[in-house]
Amino acid sequence: MINTMECAMDAQNLISISLRKIHNSRTQRGGIKLHKNLLVSYVLRNAKQLYMNEKYAEIYRMQQYEEVMTVCNEIQELNPLDLAEDIVEASGDCCSHGAGSPLIMEPASVCCALPASNHPAHTPHQQQQLQATAACSAAGLALQSEEVCKETNSAFFRSCCAEAYPVTDCDFSSLSAVHCNKTTVLDLDTHVVTTVESGYLHQDCCAVQCQGAQAPAKKRKFDFGCYAAESEDVPDFTPCKRARFEDFYCPHSEQLDTSNISNLISIFGSGFTGLVSRQADSELSLNGQFCSKQTLASLGAWTRAIVAF
Amino acid sequence: MAGGGGNDVQWCFSQVKGAIDDDVAEADIISTVEFNHSGELLATGDKGGRVVIFQQEPENKSQPQCRGEYNVYSTFQSHEPEFDYLKSLEIEEKINKIRWLPQKNAAQFLLSTNDKTIKLWKISERDKRPEGYNLKEEDGRYRDPTTVTTLRVPVFRPMDLMVEASPRRVFANAHTYHINSISVNSDYETYLSADDLRVNLWHLEITDRSFNIVDIKPANMEELTEVITAAEFHPNQCNTFVYSSSKGTIRLCDMRASALCDKHSKLFEEPEDPSNRSFFSEIISSISDVKFSHNGRYMMTRDYLSVKIWDLNMESRPVETYQVGEYLRSKLCSLYENDCIFDKFECCWNGNDSVVMTGSYNNFFRMFDRGQKKDVTLEASRESSKPRAVLKPRKVCGGGKRKKDEISVDSLDFNKKILHTAWHPQENIIAVATTNNLYIFQDKLN
Repeated sequence: MINTMECAMDAQNLISISLRKIHNSRTQRGGIKLHKNLLVSYVLRNAKQLYMNEKYAEIYRMQQYEEVMTVCNEIQELNPLDLAEDIVEASGDCCSHGAGSPLIMEPASVCCALPASNHPAHTPHQQQQLQATAACSAAGLALQSEEVCKETNSAFFRSCCAEAYPVTDCDFSSLSAVHCNKTTVLDLDTHVVTTVESGYLHQDCCAVQCQGAQAPAKKRKFDFGCYAAESEDVPDFTPCKRARFEDFYCPHSEQLDTSNISNLISIFGSGFTGLVSRQADSELSLNGQFCSKQTLASLGAWTRAIVAF
Repeated sequence: MAGGGGNDVQWCFSQVKGAIDDDVAEADIISTVEFNHSGELLATGDKGGRVVIFQQEPENKSQPQCRGEYNVYSTFQSHEPEFDYLKSLEIEEKINKIRWLPQKNAAQFLLSTNDKTIKLWKISERDKRPEGYNLKEEDGRYRDPTTVTTLRVPVFRPMDLMVEASPRRVFANAHTYHINSISVNSDYETYLSADDLRVNLWHLEITDRSFNIVDIKPANMEELTEVITAAEFHPNQCNTFVYSSSKGTIRLCDMRASALCDKHSKLFEEPEDPSNRSFFSEIISSISDVKFSHNGRYMMTRDYLSVKIWDLNMESRPVETYQVGEYLRSKLCSLYENDCIFDKFECCWNGNDSVVMTGSYNNFFRMFDRGQKKDVTLEASRESSKPRAVLKPRKVCGGGKRKKDEISVDSLDFNKKILHTAWHPQENIIAVATTNNLYIFQDKLN
């Protein structure tokens, strides 16, 4: 597990710095340095892994929170006399699961805590407990998955893990399937962010759907950008810092920072893979042309230069 | 005979070469330093494509305690900037490596390389010239034969010493990627050149073809996971060479096994310590230099934070590990941001393989005495550049309370770095290159 304590910089900053380095390498004298770009791609990969882990942990926490809130709301509507019976039943169901399913234990801890207050809003302490356990279990899930993908040998040989990266991606395949039809690409030449969603193309720069609209935001559960508002309600949760993407995005779409980054990360699929341009099926149009199939903009001249070797 | 380093030897300033002012022209940045086999000549290459060779003056018989100074012997432009029109890429003239050939006759030969082209240079002396031609004037103009009335035999007359450098061979168009290493074989007939993905074998006499002996380019470039960072021939076994990778591995190959040495004979790799895992683990484990010991039993590798000595008979782990700058581990984020984390430090052995040396930041360089298990940090600076001034050991404080005379890691100047060092093959004389200056230190003779 990557030790991030030593690093004051978070994953998003590292990603933006790394992208800038790759961009600058285009204009470097002497041509693109293969070695340096490969190393930068490793940093990108590591930052992406951490970022995705954090994001999925956050998603899981929010899921848990919503489930608990739903249960609480339902309980609130019940007769107080029935409340005690339901709680006993619920905790019995929850706690009957074995230690092998830590995820299911979460509602039990909250359910058991409920009799103390009928208040719909969790106290900060309960929120912390909820997030902590959810975070731990989500992190644990991620960790377990990661370790499964590594060598079973305790020694970690870098040379054997050439394929480790694609394997790690499989951890989140079930979760990513929800929004797998949406891809955002950044054209480094024009600095325009464009999204291809289920075959439809539109520019994110002008997207207002995420700006200040809480209701539509909540519908899209896995839109990372919309968690920025919700996360502020949670005192214990450390919101992901927005990357300063001054060079790379439209100034009036600050809300889309997180979603841009998460989608940019999807471009850098596995290590060096993302740096090599995928053959674009068609040119992207800036005025919202329909595309019959998903396209990825070529990642600019710098990737073409790399592939040109 | 070279003795141990560390605390036994006191190192003194001898000379410094290069401009004094702080405004460094990029072309003057030293990019490689190499002693020849006798140690009499010291060659440097710079970013401007020039090679400067210094020659040690003969020892003064009246002052046997002082070793001869190194003075400029020859300067020439080895490589010029070029342009690859096919790929629209500029090819830098920076000299990446210089390697001397063993001396066979009066002339000296060296190989110098930039990113794409290797050149064999002949450096020869001329201290006499023929005079008294019948058909030529002294200034070289031809005389009208009809004006010749008498004949004479031309004779050689002494002249001021002139050192000429002439390119004898140009080995071009064999590397798609950037050349990082050249190494002359112990057979003195062949040499290897390595770029990011391939190693080629050349014959010194043949320029129009080379043999590819290692090719790690994947069929699909998207699957690229490592590149070659350095390569060297074994000092005694002409069939053996090693190459290091960006993943921290070293592969030893035997050219007798097959024509293409993609399959290694030995793989040297140390398992990573999981507790040290960070965003930058891959970068700091990348090997920047590999050097065989003179006796051929060991090899040394340099990665970003340490120097490791490997026994060729043991692949599982190095026999010795020396931390060059463990205090940098907490600074990796900022070193990544300012690109310092990509600096490629070299390392070198002393003549009898008892001491190893490598450079660091703030113009510090480190020596590790293998026998006595002692190390010392010294600084190459103008302040301590008084003749025969003894260098004072330095110490970097990683964290916590800084003691007197210690330097805090936050005070280090990361723009002042010593990437290239060289040790005289026989004496305790070292050449240390700062950005644009070459420092020569020697041990104090009592």
